[in-house]
Amino acid sequence: MSEGIGASVTRKEDKKFLTGKGRYTDDINRPGQTHAYFVRSDVAHANIKSIDTKAASSADGVVAVYTGEDVVADGIGGPICGWVVPCRDGSATKEPPHPILANGKVRYVGDHVAVVIAETLAQAKSAAELVEVEYEELPAVVDLEKASSATEIHKEVPDNCYFDWELGDEASTDKALKSASRVVKLTVRNNRLVPNAMEPRAALAEYDDISESYTLHTTSQNPQLTRLVIAAFMFQIPESKLRVVAPDVGGGFGSKIYVYAEEAVCTWASKKINRPIKWTADRTQAFLSDAHGRDHINNVQLALDDNNKIVGLRVDTICNLGSYLSAFAVSVPTYLHGTLLSGVYDIPAIYTNVKGMATTTAPVDAYRGAGRPEATYLLERTMDAAAREIGMDPTEFRRLNFIPKDAFPYQTQVALQYDTGDYEPQLDKAMEMIDYKNFETRRSEAAKRGMYRGIGVSTYIEACGIAPSAVAGALGSRVGLYESASVRVDPTGTITVFTGAHSHGQGHATTFAQIVSEKLGVPLANVDLIHGDSEKNSFGMGTYGSRSLAVGGAALVKALDKVIEKSKKIAAHLMEASVEDVEFKEGKFAVAGTDKEKAFGEIALAAYVPHNYPHETLEPGLEESAFYDPLNFTYPSGAHIAEVEVDPATGVVKVVDWAACDDFGNLINPMIVEGQVHGGIAQGIGQALLEDAHYDENGQLLTASYMDYCMPRADDLPSFKVGYTNTPCTHNDLGVKGCGEAGAIASPPAIINAIIDALSPLGVTDMSMPATPQKVWKAIQDSQSIAAE
Amino acid sequence: MYSTKYVKPNSTPEALEAIKSLSEGKFLAGGMTLIPTLKQRLASPDGLVDISGCNLDTIADEGETIKIGAMSRHVSVAESPVVKKAIPTLASLAEGIGDRQVRNRGTLGGSVANNDPSACYPSAVLALKATVHTNSRSIAADDFFTGMFETALEEDEIIESISFSKPTKANYVKFPNPASRYAMVGVFVAKFGEGVRVAVTGAGEGGVFRHKEMETALSSNYSSDSLSSLNIASDGLISDLHASAEYRANLIKEMTKRAVV
Repeated sequence: MSEGIGASVTRKEDKKFLTGKGRYTDDINRPGQTHAYFVRSDVAHANIKSIDTKAASSADGVVAVYTGEDVVADGIGGPICGWVVPCRDGSATKEPPHPILANGKVRYVGDHVAVVIAETLAQAKSAAELVEVEYEELPAVVDLEKASSATEIHKEVPDNCYFDWELGDEASTDKALKSASRVVKLTVRNNRLVPNAMEPRAALAEYDDISESYTLHTTSQNPQLTRLVIAAFMFQIPESKLRVVAPDVGGGFGSKIYVYAEEAVCTWASKKINRPIKWTADRTQAFLSDAHGRDHINNVQLALDDNNKIVGLRVDTICNLGSYLSAFAVSVPTYLHGTLLSGVYDIPAIYTNVKGMATTTAPVDAYRGAGRPEATYLLERTMDAAAREIGMDPTEFRRLNFIPKDAFPYQTQVALQYDTGDYEPQLDKAMEMIDYKNFETRRSEAAKRGMYRGIGVSTYIEACGIAPSAVAGALGSRVGLYESASVRVDPTGTITVFTGAHSHGQGHATTFAQIVSEKLGVPLANVDLIHGDSEKNSFGMGTYGSRSLAVGGAALVKALDKVIEKSKKIAAHLMEASVEDVEFKEGKFAVAGTDKEKAFGEIALAAYVPHNYPHETLEPGLEESAFYDPLNFTYPSGAHIAEVEVDPATGVVKVVDWAACDDFGNLINPMIVEGQVHGGIAQGIGQALLEDAHYDENGQLLTASYMDYCMPRADDLPSFKVGYTNTPCTHNDLGVKGCGEAGAIASPPAIINAIIDALSPLGVTDMSMPATPQKVWKAIQDSQSIAAE
Repeated sequence: MYSTKYVKPNSTPEALEAIKSLSEGKFLAGGMTLIPTLKQRLASPDGLVDISGCNLDTIADEGETIKIGAMSRHVSVAESPVVKKAIPTLASLAEGIGDRQVRNRGTLGGSVANNDPSACYPSAVLALKATVHTNSRSIAADDFFTGMFETALEEDEIIESISFSKPTKANYVKFPNPASRYAMVGVFVAKFGEGVRVAVTGAGEGGVFRHKEMETALSSNYSSDSLSSLNIASDGLISDLHASAEYRANLIKEMTKRAVV
C-alpha cells in the first residue's frame, strides 16, 4: 500500500504521545535550575503606588525578586505588534507599551507585577505572597459597548480605541442598502473564549556566560519568530545569541503564537542570576493570562433585491482587544475578518467598519480560525435570518446567491481573489449525507417525544496560508509569510526534513514524510522531521492559520524538486546518459528507452562517496533548501449541517447529527484531515453551546476554572459524518488548501441556526452564544409569555 | 500547598487523639475537596489526620436500614450488592458522582460532613431518613444539615457511618452544571409507608433542603401529575452565572417529575 500522498497512514508521532514519552518544556530540567512564580494583579485597573519586595527577597530559598523598575533599568522592551492597520481618519494604530513587568500601572487581573525566583516552586510561591503591592484602584473597563466613554486605560489610546478601520466601498454599499427592496438587520455577539490548550504555557531559560548566549525552551507555535522578537526588539542583542526551542507542544489553537511576558522575563533574569529558570503556568494562570479569542459585536445589514439576490452588505463591528495589543490582535478583526465578508456569495457591494477597543481584560488575539469564524458566524446567521424573513428554504436562498462555478477566479469586494471553488456540490453532498429532504419527518417524530428538533446550515469559506508576503506587508503585516524547508539526504538514502513550520498536534512528522515518500519513492520509515529549533531549522514562520501544508508543504516540494534535479545529473553521469534522457519514477532513475536504472539510494551514496562523479559540474552531497512565498491565500470552503433537539422543559440542546462536506483541495492524509475536522467542530460546538469567558463589572474573570468554564466533552458531541469535494488549489504544487480551522469556522452558526429553526414554532427568532440550557429555557419562556399577551 | 504534618491512625479513638494534638488539624477522608483547597493555598492546617485506616468502610444490611461506613468510597457504594439490592438508586447516585478518579477516592462521610450545596449525597441522607452515627452520638438527618457547608457536627467529631432507611420506592435525578457537572439541581424522592420525602440539592442558598409542598402532593398521589399544578417558588434558591433562581425552580419541578416514575 502506498504511504504517499492520499494514504491514511497512522501517525508516526503517536507511539511517543500515546505512551507518555512526549518531551514537553516542563519535562526538561537543567542542573542548578531555579523556579519562577509571578506576582499577578488581583485588580483589573490600578496605579501601582508601591511594591515592597523586602520580605520576599529574604524569604527561604529566594534567589531574586524583580519588578518593572528592574526591567526599565535594563532597557528591556515589551512584546511588539506584528500587524498594524491605518485608521479611517488617516492616523496609525495606537500601540501602547506592553511592559513585561508592570510599569506603574496594572490593566487586567493577571497582569504580571513582579517575579519571584527561588530554589523550589513552593518557595517561590510562598515568597510571592510576601510581595506587598499598594494599588490605587481605577474603574475597570469591561463593557465593550461602553469602552469608548470609560476611564482611559493607556494615555496613548484616546477613547480606548486602538484603531478604527474600514474596508470596502461605503458609498456604493449604502446606496445598495437604500435602494434595496429589503434590508435584513441583525446584531450578533461572538462570545469570548479561553483557548485552553492541554499543555499550559511554559518556559525554561538559561544563559551561558562563556558563549554569552541564551537558550529558551518554550511552548511556541513559531520559535523562530519568538527568537526574532525577543532578541531584536525586546533585548536588542544579536539574534545569534538566542536559541529558541519549541519541543513537543501540547496544543496551541493560536494562543502560543505570541511572545508573552513570562518567557521574556525568565530569559532576561536567567542572565541576571546566571542560573536556569523554569516557569510553568498553572491552569488558573492560563485562564487569566493566555490571549483570549473572539469577543466581537457585529451589526449587520444585508440588502436584497426583488429576486432575493443580495445587492449589498454592511457590517459595523466593535471588538474587544483587551488591555494590551497582542502580536496579531490587530489583524484578526481586520484583514482576517473584513476580507471574508463576501463568504461564498456573489455580493456586489460590501463595506465594513471595525473599531478595536481596549478594555481591562486579558489581551485578545487569534484563536482557531481567527477572524474567519467571526465573519462566518455573522454572515451565516444573517443568511438564515434573511431566508426566514422571505420565507425561503435556507439552502435555496444560499444557492441563489452562491458565486457561480464559472466565475472563478472571483474578485470579492473586500480585497480577496478566490482562485477556485464550487459551492453547490458540497451543499448537495452535505444535504444528502444528513438526509435533508426528510427532515420534517424527523421533526414530527421528535415532537411526539416532546422535543423540538431543528436543522441548521452553514456554508463557509475561509482563507488559509496568509500570503503573499508583499501583499500582507502592504496591508500592515510586519512579518513575512513564506515558509522554509530543507531536505538532507544521508549517504544511505534516508532523509531528514527540516521545516520552519511547527507541529503541536497537526501530525507533520507523518504528512511531511508522506510528501517525501510520494516524491522520492522512499518508505515513510526512512524520513524524519526536525522542527521547532532555531539552531537547527532555517528561518520560518511557524504554524497557524492552517498554513503548514499549503505554505510549508509547498516549500518542501520545491526542496524535493531540487534534490531530484541534482540526483538526475548524478544518475546521468553514472549511467553515461544525457540528463534529458533520465526519468525518475517510483524511486528509480532510468534512461529512457533502455533497461539502465539506478535506485535513489545508489545516487545518494554516489553523492557522498564521489569516486565516480561529475566533479567539474556538480558539488558532492545531496542536501537542498527552498523558501516558498505563496501567490495567494488558499480558499477552503464547505457546507456543514447540524441537527439539534431541544428539550423545552430544561432548555438542554443536544446535537444529534452532523454532516460536514469540505473542499480542502487535495488531501495528503485523509485520516489526519478527518481528525482536524472533528476537533474543529468540537471547538465550534464548545463555542456555540458551552464556552464563555465572563468578566464581572469589576474585571474579575468569573470563569477562571473548569468549575465554571465549560469545555466540550465527548458526550456533548454526535458522531460526525464527514465528506469532501475537491477543487485543487491552483497556485501551489500540492493543490492543497488547509483544514485545521474549518470545523471551528463552519460549525457555530450551523448550531445556532438549528436551534432557532427548532424553536421557531414557539416564536423564538434569536439566540446568542453560548446557547446554555438556562438561556434557551428563558428564550422559550419569554416567547411564550409574549404569545400569551 | 503549604507543608503540613500527616498522620494515619488505625482507629477512631487514635484519630481523635491525633486531632487534639494539633491546633488547626483537619480530618482527611477522600480529600476531594480538602486536597484541592490545600493545593490552592486556601487552607493551611498544621496537620492532616487521614482516617482511611480506621476501618470505617463496611457496608451492612441491618434489616430496616443499610449501614454504610463513612469511609466507603463512592465506587464501593456504587458496586455494593447490598446497596444495589436494598436501595438501588443510592448505588446509582454514587455511580454518578464526579468522574472515575473522584469515585475511587471520594467518600460518603467526607461528602456529607462537607455539605457542599451541590453535592449529591446530602439529598440521599435527607430523603432516606438517614441517621448519622458519629464517634459520640447519632444524629437524625433532619437535624444534621444546618446550612451551606454547615452541619451539626461538633469540632473534632467524626462520622463513623450512616444508616439509610429502605424506602418502598426511590429515585434520584440530577441536572448537572454543564461545566463542573456537580448538581445544579438534584432531587431525591423517597417513598415510605408513612409518606414521601423529597430532598433537593444544588439549589438552596442554605444547602440541601426538603421540599414540603412536593412531599405533601406526592404523599397523596405519587405521580408526576400531582406536581403539575404546583408553583415552585424561587425564594431562597441560588442564583449564579449558570442558573438563575427561577431556572432552578423550574429544574426542581422538572427533575422531581422525572424522578417520580
